[in-house]
Amino acid sequence: MIVGDLKPVKEIEASIRGRSRVLILGCRGCVTVCNTGGEKEVAVLASQLRIASRARREHREILDATIERQCDFEYIEPILLQIEDVDVVVSLACGAGVQQVAEAAAGLQRPVQVVPGINTTFLGAALEQGVWAERCQGCGDCVLEITGGICPIARCSKSLLNGPCGGSSDGKCEIDPEVDCGWQLIYDRLSALGKLENMSRVLPIRNWSTSRDGGPRKRVVEELRT
Amino acid sequence: MKIDSNAIEPYEPKVVAFCCNYCAYTAADLAGSLRLEYAPNVRVVYILCSGRIDAVFLLKAFEDGADAVYVAGCNIGDCHFLEGNLSAIRTVAHTKHLLAEVGLEPERLEFFQIAASEGPLFAQRADEMTERARRLGPNPLRKSMKQPAGGKLARELDAHPPLPEAKLGQLIRHAERVEELRI
Repeated sequence: MIVGDLKPVKEIEASIRGRSRVLILGCRGCVTVCNTGGEKEVAVLASQLRIASRARREHREILDATIERQCDFEYIEPILLQIEDVDVVVSLACGAGVQQVAEAAAGLQRPVQVVPGINTTFLGAALEQGVWAERCQGCGDCVLEITGGICPIARCSKSLLNGPCGGSSDGKCEIDPEVDCGWQLIYDRLSALGKLENMSRVLPIRNWSTSRDGGPRKRVVEELRT
Repeated sequence: MKIDSNAIEPYEPKVVAFCCNYCAYTAADLAGSLRLEYAPNVRVVYILCSGRIDAVFLLKAFEDGADAVYVAGCNIGDCHFLEGNLSAIRTVAHTKHLLAEVGLEPERLEFFQIAASEGPLFAQRADEMTERARRLGPNPLRKSMKQPAGGKLARELDAHPPLPEAKLGQLIRHAERVEELRI
């Protein structure tokens, strides 16, 4: 899922300064699962902003709503009337959601600005209740079948394809003794799977154009298009 | 009667107490049975377990003009639902941060452990929290409110119309009827 962190309230307040009607918009997708931008977080942020503005005796109306997914126009459409009615929207979705709502809101008769309420951080998995860790960088050319299901791009600090490097010591990475060495994890996994021969396989120089280096990516499935 | 909204009223704190059914709420009952006197500023909100508490409830109480809020749950290890009180402690700690972020004093919020048998402790905590609210001064949100939510103080009951006087005659007649039936 896409993981994010809520921005500090001060930063959100700065981005809505001077606007009297604000809509806090949550998303029931990934950010609900990682407890950053779901219904509950929307209610908490709305309450905080109300307290902050009323303590300063500023007149500001804070509305809140949460939709199924902000990255789909079909879910944004039903709340466009509500968006048109406010001065600014604080979106608690990932960057993709914010941009999708921003595009829809900019196309309104009275265009409305959309500002982000969270910092989108990574594609990750839940390790336990309240802990998420990065697991994928969306590089566009998966090698997990060779590395025993542990991603060298996301989990090695240097994204080495033929690791480990000299900075690996006692299974930890040189950047931080708390960080596991990705290649140590791969070695341990491959040895548990009885596939250690994969370690001696040299992965060739990679074509990073499938990743961000190739510019913004797009996926088109012709048979699904209408 | 015309109410002058500009008149300066003396500050009387409003304190909201979220009390767990299995301990603090029972302790509040006990405090009542023991005829203990405690600050009338405390409004008790009944919850089944302190674990039910949520940052949204606590913030809402402050939004509605509460000067102090506390959650009272069971002693550690005594929770009827095993871990509800532990979860409440975490929620309260987190909400203190949320309050500090928007400029309200985190001391306005607290978690207390009050066992069902501790009626006197319930009264003590109620007084303590009211005293703290008095020391911290009114919730800054009150100024922007026309009428602080949460109703009037219990001590203003005197202002309500008096209860109709008991009619002695009726009672006697009722007693006579019971006697008749018995015969």
